[in-house]
Amino acid sequence: MKSVISPLDLDVEEVNDLMDLGSRIMADPKKYSHMCDGKILATLFYEPSTRTRLSFEAAMLRLGGKTMGFASADSSSATKGETVADTIRVISSFADICAMRHPKEGAPAVAAANSTIPVINAGDGGHQHPTQTLTDLFTIRSLKGRLDNLVVGFCGDLKFGRTVHSLIRALVNYKNVRFIFISPKELMIPDYIRNDLLIEKGIPFEEVTQLEDILPRLDILYMTRVQRERFFNEEDYVRLKDFYILDKKKMELAREDMLVLHPLPRVNEISVEVDKDPRAVYFKQVEYGMYIRMALILHLLELDTGI
Amino acid sequence: MSEKEKKNEQNKDGGYKLHVGKIEEGFVIDHIHAGRGMQIYHDLGLDKLDCCVAIIRNAFSVKMGKKDMIKVECPIDQFDMDFFGFVDHTATVDVIKDGEIIAKPKLELPKQLKNVIHCHNPRCITSTEQQLDQIFILTDPVKGTYRCKYCETAYKQDADRK
Repeated sequence: MKSVISPLDLDVEEVNDLMDLGSRIMADPKKYSHMCDGKILATLFYEPSTRTRLSFEAAMLRLGGKTMGFASADSSSATKGETVADTIRVISSFADICAMRHPKEGAPAVAAANSTIPVINAGDGGHQHPTQTLTDLFTIRSLKGRLDNLVVGFCGDLKFGRTVHSLIRALVNYKNVRFIFISPKELMIPDYIRNDLLIEKGIPFEEVTQLEDILPRLDILYMTRVQRERFFNEEDYVRLKDFYILDKKKMELAREDMLVLHPLPRVNEISVEVDKDPRAVYFKQVEYGMYIRMALILHLLELDTGI
Repeated sequence: MSEKEKKNEQNKDGGYKLHVGKIEEGFVIDHIHAGRGMQIYHDLGLDKLDCCVAIIRNAFSVKMGKKDMIKVECPIDQFDMDFFGFVDHTATVDVIKDGEIIAKPKLELPKQLKNVIHCHNPRCITSTEQQLDQIFILTDPVKGTYRCKYCETAYKQDADRK
């Protein structure tokens, strides 16, 4: 039995296999629509989420399975003081697989250590979000045709943005990927990414504060939201929330084949006027997310997909 | 000459030399970075022992310039050698029995620390679920970096000590 807590829990070959399976499902979803008949996915969301929870539920429903769970800590036994370990022990008796989101970093790892069913980390605080990483990789590979030889720009909250950390970790496995980090000083990438990963592995990267200057060099621009819930100080949040706004004018500086990704929800960091630009693929990204989650559920349930 | 004077006999340059008596059974932690002796004393729980413990601070060292030393007159068996390695892996330990050095165990950074240090990250699951073991993994043996098993936050020597 396998759980996916960090993108590192899947090696490059597994990730490529999942993306291949995701492409096959996307091409012919009907073929897979009964593969999870009789299976139950538990969605344990201790923190509000629209896309991720519904994406997991849609993925399971489209595979013929059923879902159950809770959408906030308030509607769980966590309010009575139940530990994550006890909750997962109970859920293991009811469901076949579980997706967990938790505001505390490391909570899904605690769950996996006490579970008898596969646990998928659906985001833990500012730490990891492996299925968003799979979504991002799958989107880039599907639309760009490759995951190597890319210049990838990350913009916004690079300190608390777990999607950013996870995607960097995954992309370093591919050849000739360069990173450009665009953020205010307060929201730069953490040391464990800069020192222990990029410098350690000799991966080329730059850290800048101006978005306009580097736009013409990018193959991918990954925009992020400055997340209010990650700040202890409202003043800092207000000061930094609108630091970067991608608008039509800035998009004119970018290459014609550059893709704009965003893990959503978007607030002000991408103007609505950019949505119509064919390079803005953040809504397509959501669809890719559902298909790659379908592939992951099948993989972790060890169901035979050799149709 | 009084007893104290005998122990601290005058040097040629007019200063006094400090003598700390020989121990029969116990251990000596030597080559501790100067200034860290007291911290190690507390970290190892030596303040809770009933036996004789001597801390020497800022002793002269050819190799280090200044060093701290701790002499403990009780068997070493009750101490976790891994923890010694974590506390100061450049220090040396002499195990003493019948007044003689019988062993010089090599100190290495342990691969994992359990309930030795605490995670300082307020967003870590261990901050709310306090029954969880505090587990740190050695992620960089060269720099001696330990990271929380749950949230991967690096342990900072000064900020995170218990």
